[in-house]
Amino acid sequence: MYKVKVYVTLRESVLDPQGTAVKNALATHRYEGIQDVRIGKYMELTLDESVQDVDSTVKEMCERLLANTVIEDYRYEVEEVVAQ
Amino acid sequence: MKFAVIVFPGSNCDIDMYHAAKDELGEQAEYVWHDTESLEDYDAVLLPGGFSYGDYLRSGAIAQFSNVMKEVVKAAEAGKPVLGVCNGFQILLEAGLLPGAMRRNESLKFICRQVELKVENNETMFSAGYEKGEVITIPVAHGEGNYYCDDATLARLKENNQIVFTYSGENPNGSLEDIAGIMNERGNVLGMMPHPERAVDELLGGADGLKLFKSIVKQWREANAVNA
Repeated sequence: MYKVKVYVTLRESVLDPQGTAVKNALATHRYEGIQDVRIGKYMELTLDESVQDVDSTVKEMCERLLANTVIEDYRYEVEEVVAQ
Repeated sequence: MKFAVIVFPGSNCDIDMYHAAKDELGEQAEYVWHDTESLEDYDAVLLPGGFSYGDYLRSGAIAQFSNVMKEVVKAAEAGKPVLGVCNGFQILLEAGLLPGAMRRNESLKFICRQVELKVENNETMFSAGYEKGEVITIPVAHGEGNYYCDDATLARLKENNQIVFTYSGENPNGSLEDIAGIMNERGNVLGMMPHPERAVDELLGGADGLKLFKSIVKQWREANAVNA
């Protein structure tokens, strides 16, 4: 089995209104030195062995559905795990 | 003229859309469930607002893969009028029928109130009933209407006069260039965040949206009169 961790965040060039609000909230709590906060999504996919080319399959899933590449970037980590 | 009002799980402006087409225009209208496999019987497609599939993942992200969306793409390719309002607009963006994407409103708040819109382009099948530059009042109700596209796309939208409506005066959501509604290059697919179907009768607080629906019918009648 494979455990896939997918991270989706707004692109650097796209203003993140939630991130900005959180950054300001942290500043009001007197945390200093915060350059930037970006909010994103974290998804965990569990795939079984029948999935052939895991890397290209996950990439395709990200491009087609998990991320909207007009405004979002994605990255993922694939980990092989032993089925319980 | 026969309108299809597409209904997804979570649509909530479908009844208003139906009312606009059926009662206000006096045309034929039918609710069409999201798993329907043909739209051949219809002359125009209305994608209503709401929260299709609970807005899971992103607004409109799941709806783009429903059966009926393949048919909406076909209808668009056939040149039929396709109007997406609010969540309908978000679905058109996710489906790639219109360029760009939606971000959360700049204020992070859900905004529900009347806004003023400027008619940027009145040479379209959706806006021919308005004057160019006319300011109309239509309600908005959304949390993610902050339109975004890259510079190259924006340049193309401007060059082809695809920006149909902009917010006049205050921009409620922070959208790029005050964009409220855009159409495809061919001019038969319009997506807009404000709700014209909620402004079709003075009883509802305004009737400025009615001209949009009337424009669609008028254009369709003229186009089909040749064959009649």
